[in-house]
Amino acid sequence: MSTALQFDPIRLPPECEVLRREVRAFLAAEMAAGTFDPNAIDKDDLFNASFSQKVGKKGWIGITWPKRYGGQERSFLERYVITEEFRAANAPVRRHFTADRQSGPVLIKYASEAIKMDILPRITRGECCFGIGMSEPNSGSDLFAASTKATKTKGGYLINGTKVWTSNAHQADYLIALFRTSAATKENRRHGLTSFLVDMKSSGIAINPIYNLTGLHDFNEVVFEDMFVPDSYVLGEIDGAWKQATSELAFERSGPERFLETFTVLIELVRVLGDKPDVRAAEALGRLVAQVHTLRRMSVSVNGMLQAGKEPIVEASVVKDLGTIWEQKLPHRAREIAAFTETDDLGNRAAFEEHLAFATMIAPKLTLQGGTTEVLRGIIARGLGLR
Amino acid sequence: MTDNIVTETATRIFADFADPQTINRARDDGWRGPLWHKLEEAGLTRAWVPEARGGAGADVADGFELARIAGRFASPVPISETLLAGWLLAQAGLASPAGAMTVAPCRHRCRITVGADGRLSGRARGVPFAVGTERLAVFAHGANSGVIALIDPAACRLTMGKSLAFEPLADIEFANVRPLAHADAPSGLDQTALMIMGAVLRAVETGGALQALLEMSTRYAQERVAFDKPIGKFQAVQHNLARLAGEASAAMAAAGSAAEAIATVAGDPGRFDDGIFLEAASARIRSAEAATEGAAIAHQVHGAIGFTKEHVLHRYTMRLLSWRDDFGNESQWALDLGNRIAKLGADELWPFIASR
Repeated sequence: MSTALQFDPIRLPPECEVLRREVRAFLAAEMAAGTFDPNAIDKDDLFNASFSQKVGKKGWIGITWPKRYGGQERSFLERYVITEEFRAANAPVRRHFTADRQSGPVLIKYASEAIKMDILPRITRGECCFGIGMSEPNSGSDLFAASTKATKTKGGYLINGTKVWTSNAHQADYLIALFRTSAATKENRRHGLTSFLVDMKSSGIAINPIYNLTGLHDFNEVVFEDMFVPDSYVLGEIDGAWKQATSELAFERSGPERFLETFTVLIELVRVLGDKPDVRAAEALGRLVAQVHTLRRMSVSVNGMLQAGKEPIVEASVVKDLGTIWEQKLPHRAREIAAFTETDDLGNRAAFEEHLAFATMIAPKLTLQGGTTEVLRGIIARGLGLR
Repeated sequence: MTDNIVTETATRIFADFADPQTINRARDDGWRGPLWHKLEEAGLTRAWVPEARGGAGADVADGFELARIAGRFASPVPISETLLAGWLLAQAGLASPAGAMTVAPCRHRCRITVGADGRLSGRARGVPFAVGTERLAVFAHGANSGVIALIDPAACRLTMGKSLAFEPLADIEFANVRPLAHADAPSGLDQTALMIMGAVLRAVETGGALQALLEMSTRYAQERVAFDKPIGKFQAVQHNLARLAGEASAAMAAAGSAAEAIATVAGDPGRFDDGIFLEAASARIRSAEAATEGAAIAHQVHGAIGFTKEHVLHRYTMRLLSWRDDFGNESQWALDLGNRIAKLGADELWPFIASR
């Protein structure tokens, strides 16, 4: 084995608990004010601009970033608390979350100072939505098969090709996308792709909605036809994008959003079971809670190790593999557990059924988005020294 | 003692005196005496006994680290049981005698009571290593409080059995047994507190054993050639091993977290709150589930050779499966945890989880 897997028992420091109380008070107030409804789960209001702006005003977007870019220079563990509290409350974070989690950090690392000064403060104010342009019709998990072409022209590049499954594209101000600047080489099939910032106001972009099976509009097909991108929008090394995704991936894969996406089903299950569940239900509930506690402790551990400057890439993949499979099974387990409950309180039952139906419908995507189970297990196997 | 010294000392002793491969081949258990002697000489067996009572007075974390190393070597001796017995006796200010000990009860529903005359009655099922240990540390229910007692197993009726790993296991009947020593348990020390300590010790051992199992299975997949290449080059085998890595990680993380939580309150049962209960129950449940999954995957990777007496694999897998039953099995812990969650209610679920 090349490296031993490690999960230090890291605890969130006291400043996190202070922040947690603030976040809960904020969420309670916003729910009371009607800014969002945690039970409005299948509505199209996940892109809630006024909510994102309010979160920005609190300083909770890009909280780890340098102050000169609008950040707070606080720790990744504080960001962790914000993320998990928002998820557990089913808060509508979609408009700012991608930028907060990964696009902003990529810009900080690879963008010019002018771009950073322009875009990052807008992200932190909750005014800027990002998407990620990776997948193509013939390139999904096999990222390095991407063929959307960036052809050098005066002062920049002309982009031609199609991205697909692009979440947020119809709402996004920017994408960070991979385009082909050179052919792959015999020695390195990952060679030849370059990361670009794309301004969605550019001409030559057509966005076609793809409705997912829940009926919601989340992802899109994005077609580029001679779209111009200036040289200054190149992020990092030309032809060398494959070298750039290490610690960012660990952040993307190990966060609380990787096991809490169906969590409200568990909350509503507890409500339906009441305070005296039968033996079968109580035992099953106990197992579910043991799992989510363990996943959370693993996730905090990886984030703590990242904060300490380590690169727990394999551990992050383990968290996403276990976490997404758990959150995918959760609605099915909850359905079985609730099968024999009878309650006069039809209101509780209705809320449970609604959360259950939505979670059951979105369950298939959980082990696909952001790295499939198969890709993750390949990474883990490499970590074990098998590849 | 620091973690490093415990890790190094215990690893050296187990490697030198109880290498699983070596003792698997041994014709008799002549290795047992020298191994125990070395562990005792290094002060490890009584790590959780205060120095004033003849122990090493080590940190709580050191004891858990010892259990992890014991798990890595599929420990064939009652090291966790002796640690736990030392801890239990120390809670009531009782001294720990030399030699191996075990603990009763070690299942949730077994109940031992102590009468006004100080004699013990009741039954403890499935007590690991009840045969071959010199003393028993017992938690008994008194009229007003718990009582901790030191017992000579010869004074009890033992019904012998064997664990899945062929370790001695016994049902113990206490019929008006007079303790060698006894004292009232401090407030906060109840049977649940004892189960918490025992369950977390077993979870930590399980994590250590799964870590070793992962390394062993990975190594085997790299060495064993079939269809002209090491089987570890096949994606199906790689993904099985990745799953094993996930199970081992979950067990290690849950157990490590619970051990840290207990170490933070210095193993003081008076400070075992709902949060510690969540940690211990989760460690027990998740590590036992990981043992079930992990043992199956390791056997699948090893093929027929792993199903032989000759191969060392069973020393790990059968202990992993057997340990699931000690100090409350995962179903019992899940039932208790589920009932606590139900009492807390839906709106307290997330705050409870986030409190750890």
